[in-house]
Amino acid sequence: MSSATAVEALNKTPYRYGFVTNIETEKISKGLDESVVRLISTKKQEPDFMRQFRLKAYAQWQTMAEPDWAALRYPPLDYQDIVYYSAPRQKEQKASLEEVDPALLETFDKLGIPLSEQKRLGNVAVDAVFDSVSIATTYKQKLAEHGVVFCSMGEAIKDHSELVERYLGSVVPIGDNFFAALNSAVFSDGSFVYIPQGVQCPMELSTYFRINSDDAGQFERTLIIAEERASVSYLEGCTAPMFDTNQLHAAVVELVALDDASIKYSTVQNWYAGDENGKGGIYNFVTKRGLCKGRRSRISWTQVETGSAITWKYPGCVLRGRDSVGEFYSVALTNHHQQADTGTKMVHVGPGSRSTVISKGISSGHSANSYRGLVHMGPQARGARNFSQCDSMLIGDQAAANTHPYIQSRQPEATVEHEASTCNISEDQLFYLQSRGIEPEAAVSMLVSGFCRDVFNQLPMEFAAEADKLLALKLEGSVG
Amino acid sequence: MTSTETTPSREAPIQPGDVLLSIENLRACVEENEILRGVSLQIRAGEIHALMGRNGSGKSTLSKVIAGHPAYTVTAGSIHYRGQDLLAFSPEERARSGVFLGFQYPVEIPGVSNLEFLRVSCNARRQHRGQEELDTFAFEDHVRETMAIVQMDPAFLERSVNEGFSGGEKKRNEVLQMALLEPLVAILDETDSGLDIDALRIVANGVKRLALPTTATLLITHYQRLLDAITPDFVHVMAEGRILRTGDKDLAMALEERGYDWIDETDGSDVRQP
Repeated sequence: MSSATAVEALNKTPYRYGFVTNIETEKISKGLDESVVRLISTKKQEPDFMRQFRLKAYAQWQTMAEPDWAALRYPPLDYQDIVYYSAPRQKEQKASLEEVDPALLETFDKLGIPLSEQKRLGNVAVDAVFDSVSIATTYKQKLAEHGVVFCSMGEAIKDHSELVERYLGSVVPIGDNFFAALNSAVFSDGSFVYIPQGVQCPMELSTYFRINSDDAGQFERTLIIAEERASVSYLEGCTAPMFDTNQLHAAVVELVALDDASIKYSTVQNWYAGDENGKGGIYNFVTKRGLCKGRRSRISWTQVETGSAITWKYPGCVLRGRDSVGEFYSVALTNHHQQADTGTKMVHVGPGSRSTVISKGISSGHSANSYRGLVHMGPQARGARNFSQCDSMLIGDQAAANTHPYIQSRQPEATVEHEASTCNISEDQLFYLQSRGIEPEAAVSMLVSGFCRDVFNQLPMEFAAEADKLLALKLEGSVG
Repeated sequence: MTSTETTPSREAPIQPGDVLLSIENLRACVEENEILRGVSLQIRAGEIHALMGRNGSGKSTLSKVIAGHPAYTVTAGSIHYRGQDLLAFSPEERARSGVFLGFQYPVEIPGVSNLEFLRVSCNARRQHRGQEELDTFAFEDHVRETMAIVQMDPAFLERSVNEGFSGGEKKRNEVLQMALLEPLVAILDETDSGLDIDALRIVANGVKRLALPTTATLLITHYQRLLDAITPDFVHVMAEGRILRTGDKDLAMALEERGYDWIDETDGSDVRQP
């Protein structure tokens, strides 16, 4: 078996989460104008500041153009052909899980995210978001005992409006970019986390996003605030059914870390990626940014990106605090006709700030995988340091890998290091493993997993094994 | 090695003297170049064979064709392993059924722990033999015991496969794999080259311990010094893709004295097949 045939067929991988839940939903009609923005705000019974936030964002968005600088090719999106609000019809206030529609609980069960008391995950609190709304958050009570707030964004806007008003849009301004502006105007739900001063969050927090409709966009908004000396580890997971149309996902995530606080944000992204001919799949245009506001604060992004037809995503850190630390660890796997343009932005403002970027891109099939990273050293960033390492692995001879590093330095006493490498899975490595009795498929996944080791080591324990399995699954059929 | 003996092997038992590997008039090429031009060789249980010859004579190619390397195409002839057509098997099937190749240049595999690699490999062979697979703990005990054979430091288990290993460490790791896989036919491609005297002794002792009356060994080597430690039953000399001459250990000694030119000058009339 040659590695040429070995690689030809990276496909036939069944997407496990491609089912659709039949549930009655409340949808508004397609299209977007100011009245739709007002309608969303009204449906969510929002205070006035929120309504103004949305309207301002909408006005800005109308003046903006879709960014075209990414190495991505797709037909123009029709923003009037998208449903901007879709929610499963159920009781407005769900006092307990018993009131959640069993069909929804079953959906999350099937996704491996049981929400009911008996079956829920050991030490992980979960906020489950279905299309536009959060349907349940587990362990709320236990977290509240520590003063930790973990709830849907909708609830936060009502119950913690002062925090939301203060921080929402403070890291990603409403006019930051086209997709962030759109999100700011129409976002429907998402997760909110607040860790008070000095508290180490006692469990992993996790949000699970599920897109169910074939014509609804998902625009969720996440805000995490860690006060002085607080710390939290947060994980985001996502899946969607297999449709042969494309769904738009334009989320915004904002993190704020004050003095000595640390936030670890991990993503295992497994949106439906489209079929082997590139039909269907999620268009993922996401803005994620953390503000290291306080001294010695630390924000760490870890992402394992395996899904989406298109990924446009640059989780970054604004390192404002003196001696603050930003980290970005990424594995992006593309297959078939997937396209990913992803990387990070490390903006060093404070003196002595440090950042580390480790990016591993794996391209297979006919896919294209670009790393795009910005390292900016501001005039005050005396003694700041960055180290970036971007490695690409190509499987087969039809895939593409690109690296676009952008380095800007306004501070002569800042250090920026960038290393990049590209490799193939070599026939000799494959043969070596085979000659020790290992199946070619297992061998490829072993090689890929070894390639990603530095990043997997950054994931919370429970999810590192998951990520390994997910990659193996995505690579199934990569060898014939 | 108690852990390996918990379940008996399902592999059909072998008697000393059984034919394990039978190669008939084998021809093989890489791209357009014919490297093997009619190799015939029979190897029986309990035998140790040495294969010698100049660089480029086809020794390594023969070993890779036996193991199933995809870069080589067999154009004529056959290889039978325990009566079965070995060429119909994939490389991993060959390995699981007991054919082992110790590489001349073992490959580095960054990020993959040696321990995990050895465990997956060992379990693939065990599964084939109908033995129960070893979990992480049982395997770790087993591999630590086995490492003593090649006097390897258990710290090597935590490192990535062959990554940053010295030449000698890589070769010892190969013999360790051989010990774990318990092959019926072991082919060692220049396992001795690049080793200092101590490392050579350790490797040679390991190989000797693993050569049983029910297994066979094919040593590919340039040097008499390995054959001083392991006495071969047969010595073959390859040139231009054929076995030109076969003898016993005296042939290797004569080669050491007179060089390969001496073979070229003889007409090969004293070729003797085992």
